[in-house]
Amino acid sequence: MSFNMLVLTCLAYVILLFVVASAAERAASEGRAGWLRSPVIYTLSLSVYCTAWTFYGAVGFAARSGLEFMTIYLGPTLVFVGWWVLLRKLVRIGRENRVTSIADMISARYGKSNLLGVIVTLLCIAAGAPYIALQLQSIAQSFTVFVSDPEGASLAGNPTLIAFWVAIGLAFFTIVFGTRTLDANEQHPGVVTAIAVEAVVKLAALLAVGVFVVWFVAAGPSDILTRIDAQALPEWEIQPGRWTGLILLSAIAIICLPRMFQVTVVENTDDQHLATASWAFPLYLFLISLFVLPIAVIGMELMPAGSNPDMFVLTLPLYLGQDGLALLSFLGGFSAATSMVIVASLALATMVSNHIVVPLWLKVRAARNLDSGDMRLLVLSVRRLSISLVLGLGYLYYVITGGSGALAAIGLIAFVGVAQMLPALLGALFWRGASRTGAALGLVIGMGLWFYTLFLPSFGPGVFLSAQVMEGGLFGQSWLRPYSLFGLTTLDPLLHALFWSLLLNVLVFCLGSFLSFPSPMERVQGALFVNIYDRTGPARSWTRPVAEAEDLLPIAQRILGVSEGQNFFRAQAAVQGKQGFLPDITAEFLEALELKLSGSVGAATAHAMLAQSVGTAVVSVEDLMAVASETAQIMEYSAQLEAKSEELSRTARKLRDANEMLQKLSVQKDAFLSQISHELRTPMTSIRAFSEIMMDSDAMSPEERTHFAQIIHDESIRLTRLLDDLLDLSVLEHGQVQLNIGPVQLRELLDKAIRSSESVQASRKFRILRSRDPEGIEIVTDAGRLTQVFINILSNARKYCIADDPQMQIKVRERKGMVEVDFIDNGAGIPRDKQALIFEKFSRLTDSMQAGGAGLGLAICREIMHNLGGDIAYVPGQGGAAFRVSFPRVLTPRDASRKAARSQAEAAE
Amino acid sequence: MSRPPRPQFLARDSYRIRRLMDAARFLPVFGFVLILLPLMRHSPEAETPPTASEGVYLFLVWFGLVFVAFLMSLGLRRALDAPKEHVTPSED
Amino acid sequence: MEKRVLVIEDEPNISEALRFILTRDGWKVDVSADGKSMLGVLQADPPDLLILDLMLPDLSGFDILKVLRAGDGTRELPVLMLTAKGQAADRVEAERLGVTRFMTKPFANAEVIAAVREMTAP
Repeated sequence: MSFNMLVLTCLAYVILLFVVASAAERAASEGRAGWLRSPVIYTLSLSVYCTAWTFYGAVGFAARSGLEFMTIYLGPTLVFVGWWVLLRKLVRIGRENRVTSIADMISARYGKSNLLGVIVTLLCIAAGAPYIALQLQSIAQSFTVFVSDPEGASLAGNPTLIAFWVAIGLAFFTIVFGTRTLDANEQHPGVVTAIAVEAVVKLAALLAVGVFVVWFVAAGPSDILTRIDAQALPEWEIQPGRWTGLILLSAIAIICLPRMFQVTVVENTDDQHLATASWAFPLYLFLISLFVLPIAVIGMELMPAGSNPDMFVLTLPLYLGQDGLALLSFLGGFSAATSMVIVASLALATMVSNHIVVPLWLKVRAARNLDSGDMRLLVLSVRRLSISLVLGLGYLYYVITGGSGALAAIGLIAFVGVAQMLPALLGALFWRGASRTGAALGLVIGMGLWFYTLFLPSFGPGVFLSAQVMEGGLFGQSWLRPYSLFGLTTLDPLLHALFWSLLLNVLVFCLGSFLSFPSPMERVQGALFVNIYDRTGPARSWTRPVAEAEDLLPIAQRILGVSEGQNFFRAQAAVQGKQGFLPDITAEFLEALELKLSGSVGAATAHAMLAQSVGTAVVSVEDLMAVASETAQIMEYSAQLEAKSEELSRTARKLRDANEMLQKLSVQKDAFLSQISHELRTPMTSIRAFSEIMMDSDAMSPEERTHFAQIIHDESIRLTRLLDDLLDLSVLEHGQVQLNIGPVQLRELLDKAIRSSESVQASRKFRILRSRDPEGIEIVTDAGRLTQVFINILSNARKYCIADDPQMQIKVRERKGMVEVDFIDNGAGIPRDKQALIFEKFSRLTDSMQAGGAGLGLAICREIMHNLGGDIAYVPGQGGAAFRVSFPRVLTPRDASRKAARSQAEAAE
Repeated sequence: MSRPPRPQFLARDSYRIRRLMDAARFLPVFGFVLILLPLMRHSPEAETPPTASEGVYLFLVWFGLVFVAFLMSLGLRRALDAPKEHVTPSED
Repeated sequence: MEKRVLVIEDEPNISEALRFILTRDGWKVDVSADGKSMLGVLQADPPDLLILDLMLPDLSGFDILKVLRAGDGTRELPVLMLTAKGQAADRVEAERLGVTRFMTKPFANAEVIAAVREMTAP
């Protein structure tokens, strides 16, 4: 067949696919997508698992290793047959959280960590490159073997060039298919439908070749079985390690491959589809695998030695002259390759744009303080560029490796790469304790080991790792040999890489999770993912129609009030040019409503409420967190209120106390005023009475007159002294007294006081006993005030000491800078119950006030002593009344002011 | 003790679905064991492995798994629609 | 017959003034500085009039008044109470206890004489 003819056939096939995809998309946008969303389409789209590797490579695999090729399909079979355990949960979580890719899934689970998104994206790109290279290689090879005309031979003989043009063509094809519009939910009904068509084509092609081989080349099944045993090689012996390991690896791959995640989880619309796929997809794999070994065996039997077994599916019909079958086979292989490339590059492009480019773009815009504007065109451009980039990397891998490897071997390298996501993914689904730190560390370690032990060596010696490193280990350390790390030599390179990378990945993932402490966001997301079935309410999906305005109106009424809610809705309807109360549910309307509601209930709550009722989105964790923090703020506010009210009640208590104090003070003041009144009125009474007597009595003896005048005079003096005392006390109590501090000899003061007090009851003889020597000390104080105190004490003694032979003993003592002067008489002393009262104002022990004291004397003494930094106290049990006056020998102004302050405080109490 | 009181015996249908879900979880394990069986049938005296018979065995197991999965999916569909408490894995 | 008045007052100068003006008005005046010792005398031989200070040592004027009003012989005894405290509450209390007349110090001599005469008028 001519080269041009082949290219035209490919183009025609692609155009057919494009028409199918467009029709499907139009149908979907017109709401006639019912049949598109059927379980059959879903199952067929899953066949994107079967790539050119399957179509061409499986036969090669079988020719080299016998039944081992089946492991690649048995693993996925087990996963789908056991869908109830894992896939059901994965699909449910993916749909409810509107996950856009496997990177999004892992990043969302671990606290929406973009770091994880970036790591997973990079891993997927790295693992994607060999896989895409595999497709390019198989298409290039198929061209090479197919083209027979000399015209195209020059071109066909250069597989690298073919691979280049295939890469360009596929990039263009994918861009046109996958990025025509930006789907809000990352679902592509057109692409999925086209993939389903391709699934049918490749299955039909492989079955056709198989049927031809079994019934037309061989003589039916039993003949084939005989031929199989005849062709069996010793290498076909099932190796336990590889058998088990590859089944596990392919089981992991069906979950972790980005394109499988895309079709299984992202494009899923209904759990029921998964129920169908649980048996239908294994059946598809069964049918795809059924004729692989027969084709391989017949190829080995008939084809010339040295033919590439990877191309038997194509070369066998050609060799047997079945050109039509060969073309069908070619198209089948082309389908398998293109469907993989389209879905894989779409999935990778989504990751690149969502996790790398857009976050960076937003950061740059934010840094430049620009409005982020409409992102749609940007995202589309990024996707297109990413698709080109992914295909470019695949082409690069193909060029560097020289397109030499067996297809299956290349594919398995990619499998081990994507398998590194398994621990993080399983942790996301089943382990709430899995943390971001653990996931990131595990991924990085696993990825690094995969790179070193499998990916880099796959380029061949001398490209990235020199032959020396391969043989002798990194830095000449033999335990660092890429294919036998830590001296592990019994495993083949693939299992060796799988073992070490996954082992250390899991180990670091677990350790990281044990030792780190997840952020609140991570913990909420973890609970949300792991406990996905515990969520109340129906499962939401984006296919559920959004809420009607009718549903939103009651909410608005509930929050805004009936009339205002209705007015708002009517106004919004009017803005849209509609009558009545029910506007169309547009983004603008929802935004306005949210804004309106947030005025009443707060932004986060309004958003969460609308998100719930509109039903287009699951309430995101960010929403929940915002609600939580808003609630926390409210709680804090109410706590503040509580604290304030506590403070208020404290203040009220203080006020009550103050009030009680004031009332007490008021009572005291009344009592004080009453006392003063009494003390003033008493002498006044005498003065008035006698002055009246003197006024209206004409006949009065001079003696009488003198006597009465004397009384008037005495009482006047008493009155004056009372007023003096009151003023004095007032000044002393308020610490306003001016002290006249100077050095003086104590003896002089005592002498002076004794002389002054002799005027009191001068007729009585008082014996004063003094100790001259201690009295000789020099003191620094206010001499006048101290003398006043002494006089008061001595006078009192003269007044109240009732002993027949009254005497007064004065003792002076100095102790620690304080001088103590004791005045002890030989009278009856002061009864115990009165001792506490004598220093209070207006306290008098008896009312026999010959000298006319108002009861302020000792109160004044106490105030004076406080002002002098000392004190006056009654000392009981001394055989008579005993007063001790104590004061600092040297009075400093600081002492004075402190004592004054103390006395002031006492006065206030 | 702290679990909320639940009926001791479920209706026959619910009981069936519960056991079906148990079986669904067990199926892949069972299948894996069957697939590993050829590893234990190694005969050292034979020069080439019995690829044809092992292939037939594996495809039979494979088809058996598909068939059982098909039968189970009929019942499990109802479990997907059933009220939450009948399908929550933690409740049985 | 000469009318007798008893003055219970602890301020000597005031009682001297009262003795002077009452004597001048024709009374026979007895003076005591302390009410407690006079209670027995008052009960046994009540005077025609009692002039009572409120603020007294030991027994206050109120206490004495209470005792007098409780005793048969002195229930009707005219009592003139004098006080220097001059608070309304004291007057109310005195009247409640059955004082005949209540005056605050300082007083005008003429007022005292007038009150005494009035209280002992037949």
